[in-house]
Amino acid sequence: MRLRGRQIDCVRGGRAVFSGLDFEASSSHALAVIGPNGSGKTSLLRLIAGLLVPAGGSVALEGGADELTLPEQAHYLGHRDALKPALSVLENLSFWRDFLGGDASDPNESLAKVGLAHATHLPAAYLSAGQRRRLSIARLLAVRRPVWLLDEPTSALDAAGQDLFAGLMQGHLARGGIIVAATHAPLGIEADELRMGGGK
Amino acid sequence: MTALAALIRRDIRIALRVGGGALIGVLFFLTVTVLMPFALGPDLALLTRLGPSILWLGALLASLLTLDRLFTSDHEDGSLDLIVMGRTPLELACAAKALAHWLAAGLPLILATPVLGLMLNLDATATSAVALTLLVGTPALTFIGMIGAALAVTLHRGGLLLAVLVLPLSIPVLIFGVAASQAAISGPLPFGTPFSILCAISLVSFVIGPFAAAASLRHGLD
Repeated sequence: MRLRGRQIDCVRGGRAVFSGLDFEASSSHALAVIGPNGSGKTSLLRLIAGLLVPAGGSVALEGGADELTLPEQAHYLGHRDALKPALSVLENLSFWRDFLGGDASDPNESLAKVGLAHATHLPAAYLSAGQRRRLSIARLLAVRRPVWLLDEPTSALDAAGQDLFAGLMQGHLARGGIIVAATHAPLGIEADELRMGGGK
Repeated sequence: MTALAALIRRDIRIALRVGGGALIGVLFFLTVTVLMPFALGPDLALLTRLGPSILWLGALLASLLTLDRLFTSDHEDGSLDLIVMGRTPLELACAAKALAHWLAAGLPLILATPVLGLMLNLDATATSAVALTLLVGTPALTFIGMIGAALAVTLHRGGLLLAVLVLPLSIPVLIFGVAASQAAISGPLPFGTPFSILCAISLVSFVIGPFAAAASLRHGLD
């Protein structure tokens, strides 16, 4: 499996964020997207996720499932946690497992893996920023998708949480997955680097 | 199917919990209808004549009251991104969200109608006629309003836009809803004529609403 972007141009609000960008990530490899604020890291991830339309160029997943589009085979972990404060931790995760569908596993197990097993019935409104992040990460485990698109995944996580997440990413790569992560902090795993906004 | 059922279950659950919008609509409906007899004075004949219109107006405004949150809350917390990326067609997801909204916010209005009918001196026939037309007409309001809610996603002050966009589109529903209720109560028109048109408007909105909302959500994502 290979995720490949060719000559991508991204225009937002009439301003060219980046142009002529090429990147490639293959199975069992992580790609760390690094660059200063405003260099288009988030835009690139949203573009891969199909949430932004490129002004030029294309992104494709080669060797994936034929009948599914790239966004349907990807997990997107953005700045916003996609959690409902009124629902409990377990309800939040169960909803995403049922909605995203596909190859799903037991939500309780995923919660245990991210260290939230003690809080399953707590409303998400009472979670700390780090716990909310852990709950979002549990979504990546509850439903299996080959491509993980991560936007600052380790922000708000404590040192133990960062180690834990590095282990989870390692496991995903070992199963042949692809990770594209926009980050300032080191990911804790071996990753190729894609530098954004270097020329400006 | 599990995906859609999960979406409907989640939205209803959120609406019914503390801070959800389910009760706001009914409370508004109740307030408008209860205040009306005080404003109009103790003329029972007048109340009976105006009753169906008052109930319909209250229900229309109440069902639009919470509609602007239909997509904005999902947009703000990032859920909408994942819904758009999901394997469920966005049109179906929109229809499921509208259905959940109607079940949580529209259905209680219809259940409240018999009680409020008493306040407006409506007899059993008149009340059931109004309740029946509301049952058929309020889904149309939700599905039409959903288009405005989807357009409001990327704009601030979406609530204002929603009212301006959706109210003109909901006028036909109001006209035929009230006409059918009046026909059942006083005639001279047979009940079936305006009622069939009301049903037709609802069916059309079920088709157009989800497609228009999904199109505007895809276009508005940024």
